[in-house]
Amino acid sequence: MEWEIVIGIETHAQLSTESKIFSGASTNFGADPNVNACEVDIALPGVLPVLNKKAVEKAIQFGIATGARVNRQSIFARKNYFYPDLPKGYQISQFENPVVEGGEIKISVDGEEKIIRLTRAHLEEDAGKSLHEDFVGMSGIDLNRAGTPLLEIVSEPDMRSAREAVEYARHLHTLVQWIGVCDGNMQEGNFRCDANVSVRKKGEKEFGTRREIKNLNSFRFLQQAIEFEAQWQIEQIEDGHKIIQATVLFDPDSGETRLMRTKEDAHDYRYFPDPDLLPLNIDEKWFTSVEQAMPELPLAKIERYVKDLGLSAIDAQSMVASKGISDFFESAISQIPESETRKISKLVANWINGDLAAALNKEQVELVDSPVTAKMIGDLAQRIADNTLSSKLAKQVFEGLWNGSGSVDEIIEKEGLKQLSDSSELETFADQVIAANPQQAEDFRGGKEKALNALVGQMMKLTKGKANPAQVNEILRKKLA
Amino acid sequence: MFDKSLKELASSLASKDFSSVELTQAYLDRAKELNTSINAFVTIDEEQSLAQARSADQKIAQGNIQALTGIPIAHKDIWCAKGWMTTCGSKMLQNFKAPYNAHIIDRFNTAGSIIQGKTNMDEFAMGSSNETSFFGHVKNPWDSSRVPGGSSGGSAAAVAARMTPAATGTDTGGSIRQPAALCGISGLKPTYGLVSRYGMIAFASSLDQGGPMARSAEDLAILTEVMVDYDMRDSTSLKRDPVNYSANLETSIAGIKIGLPKEYFSDEVSPDVQKAVASAIGEYKKLGAEIVDVSLPTSPLSVAAYYVIAPAEASSNLSRFDGVRYGHRAKEYKDLNEMYAKTRAEGFGAEVKRRILIGTYVLSHGYYDAYYIKAQKIRRLISQDFAQAFEKCDLILSPTAPGTAFGIGEKASDPVQMYLSDIFTIAANLAGLPAMSIPCGLDDANLPIGLQLIGNYFDEARMLNAAHMYQKATDWHLKQAPLK
Amino acid sequence: MSLEKKDVQRAALLARIEITETEANETFEQLGKVFDLIEQMKIINTDDIAPMAHAQDISTRLRDDVVTEKDRHEEFQEVAPATERGLYLVPKVIE
Repeated sequence: MEWEIVIGIETHAQLSTESKIFSGASTNFGADPNVNACEVDIALPGVLPVLNKKAVEKAIQFGIATGARVNRQSIFARKNYFYPDLPKGYQISQFENPVVEGGEIKISVDGEEKIIRLTRAHLEEDAGKSLHEDFVGMSGIDLNRAGTPLLEIVSEPDMRSAREAVEYARHLHTLVQWIGVCDGNMQEGNFRCDANVSVRKKGEKEFGTRREIKNLNSFRFLQQAIEFEAQWQIEQIEDGHKIIQATVLFDPDSGETRLMRTKEDAHDYRYFPDPDLLPLNIDEKWFTSVEQAMPELPLAKIERYVKDLGLSAIDAQSMVASKGISDFFESAISQIPESETRKISKLVANWINGDLAAALNKEQVELVDSPVTAKMIGDLAQRIADNTLSSKLAKQVFEGLWNGSGSVDEIIEKEGLKQLSDSSELETFADQVIAANPQQAEDFRGGKEKALNALVGQMMKLTKGKANPAQVNEILRKKLA
Repeated sequence: MFDKSLKELASSLASKDFSSVELTQAYLDRAKELNTSINAFVTIDEEQSLAQARSADQKIAQGNIQALTGIPIAHKDIWCAKGWMTTCGSKMLQNFKAPYNAHIIDRFNTAGSIIQGKTNMDEFAMGSSNETSFFGHVKNPWDSSRVPGGSSGGSAAAVAARMTPAATGTDTGGSIRQPAALCGISGLKPTYGLVSRYGMIAFASSLDQGGPMARSAEDLAILTEVMVDYDMRDSTSLKRDPVNYSANLETSIAGIKIGLPKEYFSDEVSPDVQKAVASAIGEYKKLGAEIVDVSLPTSPLSVAAYYVIAPAEASSNLSRFDGVRYGHRAKEYKDLNEMYAKTRAEGFGAEVKRRILIGTYVLSHGYYDAYYIKAQKIRRLISQDFAQAFEKCDLILSPTAPGTAFGIGEKASDPVQMYLSDIFTIAANLAGLPAMSIPCGLDDANLPIGLQLIGNYFDEARMLNAAHMYQKATDWHLKQAPLK
Repeated sequence: MSLEKKDVQRAALLARIEITETEANETFEQLGKVFDLIEQMKIINTDDIAPMAHAQDISTRLRDDVVTEKDRHEEFQEVAPATERGLYLVPKVIE
């Protein structure tokens, strides 16, 4: 029997704001318990929420970046349930009229592109945290996180494998960081996914009954959890059991999912428009100003890199693999005179993709912490382009840069790596080589093209690799003419 | 001293006829004495009040005098006042000392007034008789066997018994106007959004509005100037140019058009009330007002819509009382859910629980459209009715309540009968319109009768003007409760 | 659509209010009357009417993204039923 896995993902991305979504308390992570929980966050009697403008702008940016519809009017609703980390007894969220609807994320798995449609993205507040370890029979409640702004991004059930799900999550993760709406820190829970998983026989039209895996805060867990869950569901059905709609938790230690609650004891959230907040209206002026302040998106960058910088499509794509790489690349070429950018950009991209990537990978260093800065890569490429360095010498310079021996020009100077291009000096060397290798010189004169290679090789040896091979070639030809 | 208006008190304080400490002490003494029978105050804290009074006296000595400097004002116990017990009439908040000030408390502090104490109220403002207070019911100063109305019954009784010069209240479905009517005082519920709700313990957020309760329209005008203010912390607070509500009190109202909604002059209204209102209409004619007939056809459904919308919002607003961060927590429980369920069962009184259950039910899955959305649609119709009526008139006049103060316990067992005592006041809350009640007579049993004036949005100045001109021509507002 | 006793019990469960059998019976009876009142809404047709959630037809206020609040947790926790090391204590939360 062939089974098909169907996955939809809900992602909670914490919006990077200074203050909370409905209060002026700080969103700083890691403070002592309840230090960042103000009177609004702890829901003292009589307090009221006021919406953070920045949080809305981040939602608008996300909508623009995913080609979604940014609703000009959206409504905040109360989702009512009791939980100790939910101080008001309701979460302020959006229900019937979310701020963003539609949109899509493009992913590629094994070179194949696929579009994952987005259902919606809405603004809401985060809850606090329950700490269970330290108290006998009790839990401690820390409300520092309560009221932190979240964007809940809901996908359509468009994914068909754990790998697609992970690719989707990665793309989304890259995008939210790219546009600066979320710092993407998964350890701190600032980007976390719930996966809705169901299985069906291949070719069936109806979806199977889904179970929702809550709070997956790493891509690896996402993949493991979906794989385990899908396999479990398939086995259940093959054993003649029915899947019951439920919410489950993933246990990273066992690699298994376990039941949290079934639909029968699911909540009745009693959503209704929050009477403390009026409708959120986004007028054209505001929308346009947010749109204009948007960072350039990856697709636009690729187009520009190809058209203006002359990169190949593949190179361009690799230069937008993350905001970090793109920033590094653009910073590297920012010093280069405009007349040379086309020539040098290609070199820069090659160095980033080649030696730099290899070194970072080998030494397990993140790009932001790279000892070789963007400016250094730019300088290095320039020295290659102006023939100061051969590619072989450049590799030596790169090593020096990695080890912190100084700037590109300092290393060239210090280590005498400058390519030999003084023609009178080279002519002296050429005379010596011809004199020492009369046979090869004779052969070349006699029409044997290949004989020249040997002479060039001798020249390079004599100059310890610092000569420019093309120049050497030219001089030898002239001498032997 | 006890007969002076706010203006007179201010001028006596300024000319040092008596000090704020003397005035405050006198009112505190009277309040303490009468409170044993009337139970209008739940908290009197002499030390805090007198400390404020001493500082007011210093300011007066320095000539730094604001509108209410040195004058004691009682506040409904729904407003958070820093360092003061703030109970909302509930066991749930029996020991809750507020750690912050409501916006209006800040405003009163800035205006120089003294917090004279916190007044009794129906639990979480849910009630029309002050019988649902955890701290015992308030007695009507005109007849101690009768209710003062509610939910701002403590404030109304305190003003009527001259236990305080003036007080604040809140009005979700009539909670300022109905007790004002039943206690023979004046009360104003301003346009929704004019008085900040920050620090007012929420009952039904889209309907709740704070306002002043006093002995005359003239006093109300002064208090309204203090209470109306744009507040950044309340998303529903409205930004408007400040209005001097006292400036036009004496303007002639000749030519003003007063609309009488036929739905509010039905047989449900007791004959005494009908008679008193009719004579008030006559008085307005004498003042040059033109009387026109208007209709509010959807208003008979206002009580039904209100008892969906208000409980729905309340059920959610009161979820924060869960025994975790403040307030009552049950002593014994075996797990978290039992802690919640026992805490809330013990902490809330019967009427509050009833409304939470109604609200929970009407919002629950499968019933939302039939009840909540339907009620909101009726709310729209009610609001449209008023818009049409105000095309024909400047003010709407009606009885405030169908009858006068009823006996303690008389309606306590039948919630629907109790709910219907707000039948004429609820529509203004649903529409968000300003409305007030002023005394317009006494019934056979010597109980006060209230006259309701409803204005168009932001028309408080005209309402106060019309009320003041009526009070200049009559003396109903000067009648005093027959206290021992 | 008439109210049943189990609706009262379900609402009490959702609202986290302990309710005895006797209380449920009493409440059911009283709420029956209240719902008779509420059901009056049905007498008019409201198909084409937009629901009205707020008295004022304006958009919500926005605040600038600025931290304005200081740490006051000790003061806030003075009125809390149970705290330890800055945390609010509740019976063990089981997930």
